[in-house]
Amino acid sequence: MNTLSDAWQWLTDSAHWAGDDGIWHRLTQHLVLTVVCLILSCLIALPVALVLGHLGKGGALAVNISNVGRAVPTFAVLVLLLLTPIGRWGEGPTVVALVLFAVPPLLTNAYVGMRGVDRSVVQAARGMGMTGRQMLWRVELPLAMPLVLSGVRIAAVQLVATATIAALAGGGGLGRIITAGFNLASTPQVVAGAVLVAVFALIVEGLFEIGERLAPGWARGRGKTG
Amino acid sequence: MTAPPDDCLARNEWICGEYLSTRRQIIVDAVLQHLELTAVSVLIALVIAVPLAVVARRWALAAGPVLALTTVLYTIPSLAMFSLLLPVYGLSASLVVAGLVLYSLTLLVRNILAGLRAVPEDTRQAARGMGYGPIRLLLTVELPLALPAAMAGLRIATVSAVSLVTVGAIVGFGGLGNLIYAGMNTYFKAQVLTASVLCVVIAVLADLLLLGVQRILTPWTRAVRS
Repeated sequence: MNTLSDAWQWLTDSAHWAGDDGIWHRLTQHLVLTVVCLILSCLIALPVALVLGHLGKGGALAVNISNVGRAVPTFAVLVLLLLTPIGRWGEGPTVVALVLFAVPPLLTNAYVGMRGVDRSVVQAARGMGMTGRQMLWRVELPLAMPLVLSGVRIAAVQLVATATIAALAGGGGLGRIITAGFNLASTPQVVAGAVLVAVFALIVEGLFEIGERLAPGWARGRGKTG
Repeated sequence: MTAPPDDCLARNEWICGEYLSTRRQIIVDAVLQHLELTAVSVLIALVIAVPLAVVARRWALAAGPVLALTTVLYTIPSLAMFSLLLPVYGLSASLVVAGLVLYSLTLLVRNILAGLRAVPEDTRQAARGMGYGPIRLLLTVELPLALPAAMAGLRIATVSAVSLVTVGAIVGFGGLGNLIYAGMNTYFKAQVLTASVLCVVIAVLADLLLLGVQRILTPWTRAVRS
């Protein structure tokens, strides 16, 4: 119980919120990192998945990338990148590692969603004389939307969690409060940082949950894969 | 005065045979620790997950809270999870195991429950008609039929656990993660690459092993396919 009250004291100390090592700064870093990486990985994964899904090719590729991604430790990728020339540009290794880890769920979900579109609907669209491009935008993508969005949700939550590990390799973000706590051998700070990170992750997950409930029917998740 | 040895260790190359031969014992120890942490965590998670899934299957009221709780636990970033458990377990291997158990639970409970729910009602009624009691029904009909789905969850949980163990380096019990962490601080390329590759190799081998176990345990699925 003692550790918890110490952690609470650490959290409520205003000195810990301000400055470059402060909670606000770390929180902003974490948020910016997550959003930038989410946008980058969407820009990479979604066009590829939509085109592959439309053509009906590369399914095995999408699933395999997803499975291999799970086997590679984020931490190892981060450190490997840190030791390469990329390591010299500040947040470079973190961004690359995070994007690498957000791409598989986006790719798999979008691909599965595109392939899950009822074939008879696609044939009807073709019968109406739609071009491939029209079919993709007006028929397949709208119907695949729930799965595409659930991929975005999985990627976002995974990014928040993985951005924390970046702190182990000297990156910024909320995880830094935890690693700094370990370096100072200050259990209250470690626990306080962990609570902050956990709450932040839960808030992000909660926001997606609320968004999904409020969303119009066509965007609502049907279930998760990957 | 002798000149410093001009080998790949001195040149700090990524791939280095010298490293493998001179640090064999350290690498073997790290691999063993990695395997032990993974195996113990996944086994404990399995022992907890089966009854939870069975309870959630039998009493619909329990399913909501069980799934919600395990999902919330899964959302918490690994670094935070290990740190939150710090006051309870201190700097120990149990800390890492406890964190990994919590992560594996979600995947296992979800998959076992899905497997149990997929058992056809006809099958259950046929067994009941043959005079099977609830326990015998569960052990000899429902659980075996849920095996493929459960094994799929077990494979994902194991592969994820192998990669998550590395984060345990923050408390000094990260198996190969320890080597990566130490290698990062000393800019030791061969050590980081070797440990990272070994992590992936362990994950792939564990996955193949479980796939083999699944094939042995579920001979009927092969008969259906051929």
